[in-house]
Amino acid sequence: MTNSVLYEAPGPVAKRRGLVVSVVVGALLLALLAWVLVTLGTNGQLTVDKWGPLIDPTNGTFTALWSLLGAGLGNTLLAAVLAMALSLAIGTLLAVSRVVAAPWYRWAVVGLVELLRGVPVVIAVFFASRVLPSFGLDMPVMWYLVIGLTAYNSVIIAEIVRAGIMSLPRGQSEAAYAIGLRRSQVLRTVVLPQAFRAMLPALISQLVVIVKDTSLGFIISYVDLVRQGQIVIQNLNNPIQTYFVIGVVFVLINYALSRAAVFTERRLSQGRKGGLTAPSAVETGRAV
Amino acid sequence: MHVITDNLPLYLNGLLRTLQICLYAGVLAMVLGTVIAAFRVAPLPPLRATGTSWVTVFRNCPLTVVLFFMAFGLPELGLNGSYFWFGTIGLALYTSAFVCEAIRSGINAVPPGQAEAARAIGLGFGQTLGLVVLPQAVRTVVPPLGNVIIAMIKNSAIVGAFGVGGDLFAVGDTLTSARGEAVLPVLIGVVLGYLVITIPAGLLLGVLERKVAIAR
Repeated sequence: MTNSVLYEAPGPVAKRRGLVVSVVVGALLLALLAWVLVTLGTNGQLTVDKWGPLIDPTNGTFTALWSLLGAGLGNTLLAAVLAMALSLAIGTLLAVSRVVAAPWYRWAVVGLVELLRGVPVVIAVFFASRVLPSFGLDMPVMWYLVIGLTAYNSVIIAEIVRAGIMSLPRGQSEAAYAIGLRRSQVLRTVVLPQAFRAMLPALISQLVVIVKDTSLGFIISYVDLVRQGQIVIQNLNNPIQTYFVIGVVFVLINYALSRAAVFTERRLSQGRKGGLTAPSAVETGRAV
Repeated sequence: MHVITDNLPLYLNGLLRTLQICLYAGVLAMVLGTVIAAFRVAPLPPLRATGTSWVTVFRNCPLTVVLFFMAFGLPELGLNGSYFWFGTIGLALYTSAFVCEAIRSGINAVPPGQAEAARAIGLGFGQTLGLVVLPQAVRTVVPPLGNVIIAMIKNSAIVGAFGVGGDLFAVGDTLTSARGEAVLPVLIGVVLGYLVITIPAGLLLGVLERKVAIAR
């Protein structure tokens, strides 16, 4: 009962009616599912040829197929982790420089943040692979993906970290200055550690976005999970089945990350009752 | 920069095509997202379960995979349509999950007293939600909903990357691959195209936000 405020606690009549309607709706949903399965079946999409290699470990090509997909998944996660680490580093630098900078320089940072936020990630990735080589920067294709993802996500993370810094009570840095710390020390030892702590859930949520966006590597032929899936499809001619399995893999990874973010948020808010306020960090950090 | 001025008609067409994708996908995603949000707070468990799984799937699955499924999976079932519609519907399905979450957060932000008062005068679930809670929720969700729509505009570039043809991304691709123009000026043109849409959209949102804001 998530939103029980919206309806009365059911009485005996409403309970019975609710049960009937629930059963009817449930049956309709099951019928829909059955219809989908029948449609799949009549179109020859439920055959062992198409599903077996993906889900049956005793199938002859199962091992080869999953080592292919596994390598792709490894590349996907590698690109995601690299992009996250780089975005975190650059984003923190941007956030700190925006907080401490002289006004003229702050304008430059704000401008950069606003500009990069408006550029679609796919454009950033695509053009990283076109622009950088034209400047003589030839590198493995993975780095174009990582650079494209970093360009976008570092400014998002900069905003998250800045929100974290802003959420700290002024007294924290005032006290640190009062005991004679220099500005860099205040930032490094007092402000940033607490800001990161407050923003940890939002940062984990951003990781979900990055993992999803690594799939854009297919545009520049990065050998990620989606790309390996295309190879599978070329050989087995089973797009529905393969994309279904790839979708499940992504959903599982990202769902686990989302749960981790919610769990972290709950732990943090337990740890400091009535203290810092970063209430819906998970939601605010959640880009599309 | 002459690339941009020389190909201005091409860019403008791309802009229109992108706007077209966004308009259809946006309307569809709003309708679908509102329905799913109503499912998620409904008294019936099967509806809630449907809503929750819908959101879980589309929020955690990359748009790329959704689009691949639409583009290569559906034709296997004998559903052949123009890729424009597959792409637009895929984008709408993906965005609807985020619209749903934005609206649900708005429903949760409406003070419980409102729903309690509605129930006290004898309104049922549908009336409570439709007449009392949702109209107030929609006002508070203008900012998050706007962010979702702006993100969708940017995501429409992914639909373009699948070869819908003619949108801003495709213009950039054509100019750099087929005609071999210098990459950087073309890129600047494409980015300007998106900014021309997203910046006014952001400003419009600010205005709308102030207009519908309710003092609590």
